[in-house]
Amino acid sequence: MSKLSAYLDGVGALGPGFDNWPQLAAQLSGEAPWQAAPTQLPAPQALPPAERRRVGKPVRLALALGFEAATGVDTTTLATVFTASGGDGDNMHALCTTLAEPERLVSPTRFTNSVHNGPAGYWGIAARAQAPCNVLSAFDAGFTMGLLETLGQVHGEQRAVLLIAYDTPYPGPLARLRPLPDACGVALLLSPERSERSLARIELDTAAAPAGSTGQAELDALANSAPALTALPLLAALAKGQPARCALRTLNGFELAVELQPCA
Amino acid sequence: MQALHLSCFTATSCLGAGLGATLDTLSTNRSGLARCTFETVELSTHIGEVAGVDDYRLPAELADYNCRNNRLALMALEQDGFAEAVRRAAQRYGAARVGVFLGTSTAGILETEQAYRKLDSSGAFVDPPNYQTRHTPYALTDVVSRTLGLAGPAFAVSTACSSGAKVFASAARLIDAGVIDAAVVGGVDSLCLTTLYGFNSLELVSPEPCRPYDAARRGISIGEAAAFALLERPADTLPGDAVLLAGVGESSDAYHMSSPHPEGRGAEAAMQAALSSAGLAARDVDYLNLHGTATPSNDAAEGQAAMRLFGRDVPMSSTKGATGHTLGAAGALEIVIAALALQNGLIPGSPGSHQLDPALELDYAFAPRRQALGVVMSNSFGFGGSNASVVLRRADAKGHA
Repeated sequence: MSKLSAYLDGVGALGPGFDNWPQLAAQLSGEAPWQAAPTQLPAPQALPPAERRRVGKPVRLALALGFEAATGVDTTTLATVFTASGGDGDNMHALCTTLAEPERLVSPTRFTNSVHNGPAGYWGIAARAQAPCNVLSAFDAGFTMGLLETLGQVHGEQRAVLLIAYDTPYPGPLARLRPLPDACGVALLLSPERSERSLARIELDTAAAPAGSTGQAELDALANSAPALTALPLLAALAKGQPARCALRTLNGFELAVELQPCA
Repeated sequence: MQALHLSCFTATSCLGAGLGATLDTLSTNRSGLARCTFETVELSTHIGEVAGVDDYRLPAELADYNCRNNRLALMALEQDGFAEAVRRAAQRYGAARVGVFLGTSTAGILETEQAYRKLDSSGAFVDPPNYQTRHTPYALTDVVSRTLGLAGPAFAVSTACSSGAKVFASAARLIDAGVIDAAVVGGVDSLCLTTLYGFNSLELVSPEPCRPYDAARRGISIGEAAAFALLERPADTLPGDAVLLAGVGESSDAYHMSSPHPEGRGAEAAMQAALSSAGLAARDVDYLNLHGTATPSNDAAEGQAAMRLFGRDVPMSSTKGATGHTLGAAGALEIVIAALALQNGLIPGSPGSHQLDPALELDYAFAPRRQALGVVMSNSFGFGGSNASVVLRRADAKGHA
């Protein structure tokens, strides 16, 4: 039974029906109703104009999430972990459509943006972040493995790490193969030491635990609709100022429990 | 970092299946690159294609996973007793105590590309690809984890061409934290139209076999490969030629999506971080396996960083003239090549390259050299400015406990 822990120093949230963490927190705590609404993705203002025009939904989503969670933090030296079920679905659909045509006139920008670490690369440019950056894919366990990798870095490197978990839906024929809700995600800033920023202490251990719940059926359904929203039950506890312990979504028989203790 | 033992490793590329064929080809400075006749591709280029991938059959219970990338992965697991070594480790530690962390950039996208050629009038697939078992990067990790009977933490790392190196850092951290006792790390990427036509659209594909670091280099030759290593804490006594993971360094360029920082600033930071992680100095390195893609900009940037760190004191070469650029597998493939170099006292050459870029003052090994090696470094850099350098050393390397 091994344990990894860190302090949660910032949260970002964006998805259908919530534009930021304060809005989602109010919905999770029951202060405000959650209502499904299309995700409002802000323009990536931190990117130079030439890059701003080229980027798709995952970049706009990931940058908004990251900058919200890291508000007031020097991003140039902040290590990051990105985790997403897939890449830029709109871009992939366009590329595969082009490759099925006789001329195969692939756009160099589309190809450049097709890498899974596209949002991470644009984050580096926007945040001038030269610290290490990892980018994961773990199907329905995406958030869980992202959190494990992040706490592994916090433990091993003894420095703050920004986790950005996001999912964006596929268009065209791929949508039926991998159903995902509108663009959504969560970012967590995790540090080895407690500070005045710290909102809660988070601990992982390789053990079984009961499934988590937000306490609201429609928010539980939302949490289960995208790997990037796996943390909603945990964030509901944070929003309510309550401790919580629950299982995280995993695959292939691996078990991982997370515990949250709010900082008083 | 605490050194880890590469207790078993293997590689399959256009040089051949397994370590024997790989070492034999490298020792004689031959290249596996050949004129591209892959699938329906009509490009004037050379590629590093692995023989026999089409004919390989997955076990019946894994039929849903059948795609080129997964076939290449399982073919490679069978070489050099790798799968057996992992199964023994799983028995020793418990299946949940062995993690799987694998790099890939394109996973099973070839089969999705093919499915897009057959859409019905409503735009739906006539023969749908399988997202979970073939298309998504995690499909690779999943098929390897199932084949080896593992139940530990598992994810794919997809940071373009540094993927296969960065997994070593992730595994080392989780072993150090006590979450796992051992890890299967590696990288698998296979030929597909996205990368062949994509790199061609960026005018980065060479019409001739690639010539890393050559004054007349004209771009990359794309290859495919699968390479794996089993990482464990070292036993109290190890044979002298045992290979240890001594350090990993990572950095981000924060400069451009598809071009490296022109002076190799990120590359230098990654190499420095790897040395610091290993507790070593630049003068301790006996051989550097360069990223060396053979694009004008990569080799110029990496070469300048290597000049600043190592000058002409450290022999170095890129092995991509032999293997092609295997993208998300390149990091793992070249770490395995570096491990072979250490064990066999071989500095690999650079088939196809003849005249060093005059802007670079380096000790570039055009032909193989026989020389005892104690410490080697391998570089992997990717799109998005993602950089990783890995340091390996022999258990009996002088001056290192």
